[in-house]
Amino acid sequence: MAGLVAAVIIIQACTKLQPSAPADDELLDGPVAGLTYEQNRQFLAGDVAFNDEVFTAQSGLGSIFVATSCGSCHAGDGKGHPFTTLTRFGQTDSTGNRFLHLGGPQLQNRSLSGFTPEQIPTGATFSKFTPPANTGLGFLELVSDADILAMADPNDANGDGISGVPNYEYLPSFVTPFSNALPRNGKYIHRFGKKAAAYNLLHQTVNAYNQDIGITSTFSPMDVYSGLNIDPEVSDKTIRDVVFYLQTLKTPVQRNQNDAKVMQGKNIFIQSGCESCHKQTLQTGFSNIAPLSNKTFHPYTDLLLHDMGPGLNDGYTEGSAKTSEWRTPPLWGLGLSPNSQGGQYFLLHDGRAKSIEEAILLHGGEATNSKDKFIQLTAADKAALLKFLESL
Amino acid sequence: MIKFFSFITALLFSLVAAAQIDPALLKRIPKDTAKPMLNMDAVYNRPFVAVGKLPVSVGGYMEANWQHLGTDGVSEGHQFQFRRMTLFVSSTIGKRLKFLSEIEFEDGAKEISIEFAAIDIELHPLLNLRGGMILNPIGAFNQNHDGPKWEFTDRPIAATQMLPATWSNAGFGIYGKHYNKDWMFGYEAYLSGNFDNTIIDNVENKTFLPAAKNNKERFEEINSGLPLLTSKVAVRNSKIGELGLSYMGGVYNKFQDDGLQLDDKRRVDVFAVDFNTTLPKLKTFITAEWAWIKVNVPATFTQQYGNKQQGGFLDIVQPLIKKKMLGWPNATLNLACRLEYVDWNKGTFTSTGGNIAEDLWSIMPAVSFRPTAQTVLRLNYRHQGQRDLLGNPRAKTGGFSFGISTYF
Repeated sequence: MAGLVAAVIIIQACTKLQPSAPADDELLDGPVAGLTYEQNRQFLAGDVAFNDEVFTAQSGLGSIFVATSCGSCHAGDGKGHPFTTLTRFGQTDSTGNRFLHLGGPQLQNRSLSGFTPEQIPTGATFSKFTPPANTGLGFLELVSDADILAMADPNDANGDGISGVPNYEYLPSFVTPFSNALPRNGKYIHRFGKKAAAYNLLHQTVNAYNQDIGITSTFSPMDVYSGLNIDPEVSDKTIRDVVFYLQTLKTPVQRNQNDAKVMQGKNIFIQSGCESCHKQTLQTGFSNIAPLSNKTFHPYTDLLLHDMGPGLNDGYTEGSAKTSEWRTPPLWGLGLSPNSQGGQYFLLHDGRAKSIEEAILLHGGEATNSKDKFIQLTAADKAALLKFLESL
Repeated sequence: MIKFFSFITALLFSLVAAAQIDPALLKRIPKDTAKPMLNMDAVYNRPFVAVGKLPVSVGGYMEANWQHLGTDGVSEGHQFQFRRMTLFVSSTIGKRLKFLSEIEFEDGAKEISIEFAAIDIELHPLLNLRGGMILNPIGAFNQNHDGPKWEFTDRPIAATQMLPATWSNAGFGIYGKHYNKDWMFGYEAYLSGNFDNTIIDNVENKTFLPAAKNNKERFEEINSGLPLLTSKVAVRNSKIGELGLSYMGGVYNKFQDDGLQLDDKRRVDVFAVDFNTTLPKLKTFITAEWAWIKVNVPATFTQQYGNKQQGGFLDIVQPLIKKKMLGWPNATLNLACRLEYVDWNKGTFTSTGGNIAEDLWSIMPAVSFRPTAQTVLRLNYRHQGQRDLLGNPRAKTGGFSFGISTYF
């Protein structure tokens, strides 16, 4: 009898004595609310493929590669660590990558046992890219070209020193343009990646499997080691599941947004002109996935390229982006970056900034005015601004 | 192969079933308590039953659990697990010639394996030959892994997720023991089947010696063509306890094929120390094991796979009550605790100089009840923290498990 009572108590205590879940605003992973049962199933399939599937030599890894799984670069769907920073190489002008026949654009800097990793070819310029956070990508994908163009100011008509431009590029054959796309001379506005060189999440995902892990698919059948087309090493379904997973990851939840200091910091952020590029609010268009359709959200990006000055000019470019131009990174989730970067910040395109303040101070070019305003802030105002950014 | 084992199992069961008609035919062989034992004797230090006048003894054990664990608020709910059933068959073939086999059915017969099947030939107490399927004597747990001997439902993480227990291979070797009053000395040395490339290229995404267990070809072919050397020395003082030092190492990768060189030779080397003792008066039983692993991972490969690992466990078992309970004359109620730590990737990132984490600690208090020495009911609570490679916030795991394990 006593044993039975003990068993009942233990079973009742099971969940009470287990570690509780972190608060929702402390996590970047997890689906957007409102998915159907079927959509939840596809989200889970994509989650497993993204976070749990590890490639080995037997399952197609490499023979040269950067990482062994998607999750290796995006722990908890957050920003990556210099350990998986990837290197792209090419040229300084916008005439197209002249090193594709030598393994470009991406350097596979690791190799299986008995193989030699790729080297940057003589004459090529290069840049290092730290993996970005995945969170809320489905919302960014649904911002219309018209909205992006409305934020662009290529000739700085308003005279604020900021002249964002979209990255126009040709589409790969496996990508179907959005119905509301606004092409120019056969080129389409791309929006994902440090230089906005990926059109949509299918484009990004297929390239990542191929260029980061050395995994071929029907979309991208060329083996990065041999340069020859080979059988697909990942199924179309898995790629589609991963794309769905990325599309339906929730948006980051701001913390302490009603805190007086945070609100003060937000005002300073806007007054300093930061919001001219890091646009607070965007809108999605129509989507078959109801929770993503026609939503207002707050990513703090304009998805446009901006000249960031000589300090951030690596001499490498992609598409129509210039060497000093970088796509405005979304700031949502910024304060949670240390939770995926091993307890510290690695910010800007290559992780060179070890704090938010250092990242601001490394801004140049179109952001010079805003940086100067930041430098002139009082210590209290700086602290408020940083507190706001950490709350994102 | 599976059919063969199934046949043997069916034969044994039918023998036992037949014998059950007349219980007098079943004769429990008492444990030899006169001889002092070392950890290396664990394979024979088990209860056996002789079946009639057959020249064989049989035995075995089983383990089953219930558990409810959760990690960071997410739980798979209630789980009932039939972890394993193991059958032993022992036979004295002739004077100073004996054979023992251990066949294990894991997870409801999802896996069937011969964990041990070796003939022992005694030339001298200090020189015995052993050949067949041997248990590599690395650390203590690998040879002494029977469920009913432990107060915890789970095997030590360092022993099964860093070291590859239960790790057995086809091989040959020698062993011997020497007694002198309170002192006892033993040694073992074997050449056996080896690891393979999967220890640094696997779905665990970390250097993982147990990955080599998936290679069933290892019982017929060594990947590198070079044997694995495993050796151990142990010394026991009847008042102090037993200390074991062991080493296991060899070339794990396929560095040549068909006479052509494919890669450099790459080694895996494992060092382990184990200790066990029973404190006088309190009768507290303490057992501990710690291991260090060095693996030659190619410099061009990813640091996801570490070239150094370390980890171990400490079990403390305190008998609280030993008396007649619920009708069992020598029942025991124990309080126990296991402390565990594993670092699967000891080192620093070349990119930042920062520490590589990929580590785990666990504290597992337990209560166990033994109606007899051969049967244990155990209730554990696991409290565990695990960090990823980058050292991001620990995933916290906790929950209860209850299990039963018994020799039969």
